[in-house]
Amino acid sequence: MEPDVATTETNMARAAAVWQSIRHGMFTYYLDMALRSFRGTKAVTALVIVLMGCGVATCMVSFAVFRATSADPIPSKSAQLFVPQIDNFGPTNNNEGEPPDLLSYTDAMALLHAQRAKRQALIYSVKLAVVPHDPNLQPFSQSGDAVTSDFFAMFDVPFRYGNGWGAVDDDHRAAIAVINSTLNQELFGGGNSVGREISLDTHLYRIVGVLDNWRPYPRIFDHASAWDAFGKPVQVFIPFSRAVDMQTASAGNVICGDSRDNPAGSNWDSFLHSECTWIAVWAELPTHTDAARYLQYLRNYSAEQQRIGRFDWPPNFRLRNLRQWMEIERVVPKASTLSLIVALSFLAICLVNVVGLMLARFMRRAPEIGVRRALGASRGAIYRQFLIESGVIGLTGGVLGLVLTVMGMSGIRLVFEPRIAKLAHLDTSLVVLTLLLAVATTLIAALYPTWRAAEVQPAWQIKSN
Amino acid sequence: MSGFRFSMQIQPILAALRRHKIATLLIVLQIALTLAVVSNALFIVKTRVIHLSRPTGTDEANIFVIKNGWIGGPTVQQTDAQMRTDLSTLRKLPEVRDAFASEAYPLEGGWGLLARIKHQPEQTKRSALAIIYFADQHALDTFGTHLVDGRNFRADEIGSIGPFDKLAPTVIIITHDLANKLFPNGAAVGQTVYLGHGPSVIIGIVDSLQGPYAGSTTRSIDEDSILVPDRSAGPAGTVYIVRAQPDQMDALMRSAPAALFAQNRMRTINPDGGVISLAQARAQGYATDRGVAIMMGAICAMLLLATAGGIVGLSSFWVSQRRRQIGIRRALGATRSDILRYFQTENFLIVTAGIALGVLLGYAANLRLMTHYELPRLPLYVLAIGAVLLWLLGQLAVLGPALRAAGVPPVVATRSV
Repeated sequence: MEPDVATTETNMARAAAVWQSIRHGMFTYYLDMALRSFRGTKAVTALVIVLMGCGVATCMVSFAVFRATSADPIPSKSAQLFVPQIDNFGPTNNNEGEPPDLLSYTDAMALLHAQRAKRQALIYSVKLAVVPHDPNLQPFSQSGDAVTSDFFAMFDVPFRYGNGWGAVDDDHRAAIAVINSTLNQELFGGGNSVGREISLDTHLYRIVGVLDNWRPYPRIFDHASAWDAFGKPVQVFIPFSRAVDMQTASAGNVICGDSRDNPAGSNWDSFLHSECTWIAVWAELPTHTDAARYLQYLRNYSAEQQRIGRFDWPPNFRLRNLRQWMEIERVVPKASTLSLIVALSFLAICLVNVVGLMLARFMRRAPEIGVRRALGASRGAIYRQFLIESGVIGLTGGVLGLVLTVMGMSGIRLVFEPRIAKLAHLDTSLVVLTLLLAVATTLIAALYPTWRAAEVQPAWQIKSN
Repeated sequence: MSGFRFSMQIQPILAALRRHKIATLLIVLQIALTLAVVSNALFIVKTRVIHLSRPTGTDEANIFVIKNGWIGGPTVQQTDAQMRTDLSTLRKLPEVRDAFASEAYPLEGGWGLLARIKHQPEQTKRSALAIIYFADQHALDTFGTHLVDGRNFRADEIGSIGPFDKLAPTVIIITHDLANKLFPNGAAVGQTVYLGHGPSVIIGIVDSLQGPYAGSTTRSIDEDSILVPDRSAGPAGTVYIVRAQPDQMDALMRSAPAALFAQNRMRTINPDGGVISLAQARAQGYATDRGVAIMMGAICAMLLLATAGGIVGLSSFWVSQRRRQIGIRRALGATRSDILRYFQTENFLIVTAGIALGVLLGYAANLRLMTHYELPRLPLYVLAIGAVLLWLLGQLAVLGPALRAAGVPPVVATRSV
């Protein structure tokens, strides 16, 4: 008859504790009850905590990568930055009705000269050979971007020394360059190199600005051309007009419509006037009115091209803001989305498991609940007791989850490429989110078991004892 | 006899489960979700592992590439002359077995020149896509791939092509896979096809040669490569593919670029990644595939453990709740093995219900994944493997609690709970 004696004793002890709680406050009383019940159901409690810890940690590690890969690179301005698209391929050669991601030289220059936006930037990816002054050092090739002057102000590019260039330099096709801090470190030891010269493809360029370690991720601004959202930061920027003047071929995407209709040409000039698309174009449109007006301009422009016989199809154009453009360009690696989906499924399964285990834990204590109810505890009191208990379990699971998340962060390297893995990091918001997720999901999982516990009939339990 | 016993048990089991509807439903749901996730995850692992262990059809262990850039925009003639000099410099090195110049290399990932191959110049039907390697008469020996039909290029067939020249090779060599796609009913050698701007005669078929795309998006054309007898002498640069003599790779990967620099300094071969072996390219190109496979494997293991834990937890609870009934049954003459079998049968029924639901969920998940992640249809046997795994797992998990139940002495029946 040992169990009976023990149960009666605990029940009496708890009944006494109810009266104590009037002095101590209900919350501490419930906490105390929770701790007592943990001692009674060690294995099940531990299992719930481990499940919550694993589920939450898996989600958090996947989320850390997803957050880094889907981040907004220019949060303050992303709603004002737009990518215009014009279909110069036509219905037979475009991508299932979608205009190409890049613009042809003809269309890009037309948009630039029409000046219908606060700022506009043309960008294409180039590969430039840097020849060091010291003849003992080997030349090396450096990825860069050919950009128009508005680019720097448009993307809030931070300068350590000097500045970008102006529209006048664009017009003069000036041999000037802006370099990023890594290249500045390599060539000039990190000092103020404004005014010094750099040899790019055997031509000398005067440095007008040095960036302050600019590394926006994902690298969306030249993505359509360079297709390198998580690659090394761009180290050289030269004027677009200068690059075209020097016949610097695109090192990025060059996509032509049907090559028979639109031959790429036999020289640089005919390439420029071909229907090949290779220029990424951005427009800064601060208000909705600006965007609507720009969209109307794109319609008129395409209609005009149809009228003069360049396009034999109705206007087909798009204007997408930065966040939409990130979707179109599919910047977030598929592995990242996939891992988040799998992690969420894992957490869901852990939760189903936890619901079952909580139910077992609570129903095992039906006699205790019956006694408490008979002694006058309201349903609300039972709710509070079990939800607080679940909250404590959830929080403990969250702390374990946090420890596992920290361990998991170093495991990201096993799953993702180094350049993506290094972007994911643990910060305060992730820590808070981990604990919140653990507590919130455990409470949700505890709702049904708690309801069942509160439904326990006091009389029945006492009678069956 | 045992079959009779088994069927005798099902009725009371179902009656007992009806009293624990929600708890039963939770285990069923959990088994179903586990089967859905584990079968899809295992399938993803399988496709990725197959994908990342595909052979390239080349002598991978002895091949490396030198990514060589030009400086100052030389003319096509100047570049072509420099490339010939470079190739003869490379081929003269004693550690080099053979070398040639191209614009891409196997396992490179991402970039490559695509061409549509047509049977007629004015073909309107959508034509087959294939991947181009620029090559010369040394390409086959460098790759270590073999002709299965036809002949190799001759030295006098090798041309040079600039950035604005039209692609119009008079002769081409294609892979066996592409030949089968183009001419399923006959010999491809001697046939004329159209790629780019001119008719090209197929003069040879190689057994296999993988294209430079390592990703999974171009999987269907990865084996469809075309060798075009041209040196790509564009201003952007070239890729020298070098096959080393056995055991000479490591030394050669340092000495070969040095020899090129000694011949002419005005070129770029970047210290970080300018020289790369195919083994390194394989590791980089398939990093994501390997990562996804590791992740899925880990999640599967944790998931199965979690499910096992859940079954142990709930079964223990049920056993403890039914101690009295178990005692009564034992007192009425049920043997220990009857009790054991009771819980095992109960578990089997629950897991089976979960599997039935899980098969549906698994298929639904697969249909969604197919549209987003280029995954083929989930074959039935993967679900079958998952089901067997869960049946075994369930039996293993319930064994502990069931043994404890079997250990309940009949005398419990006489006690109040």
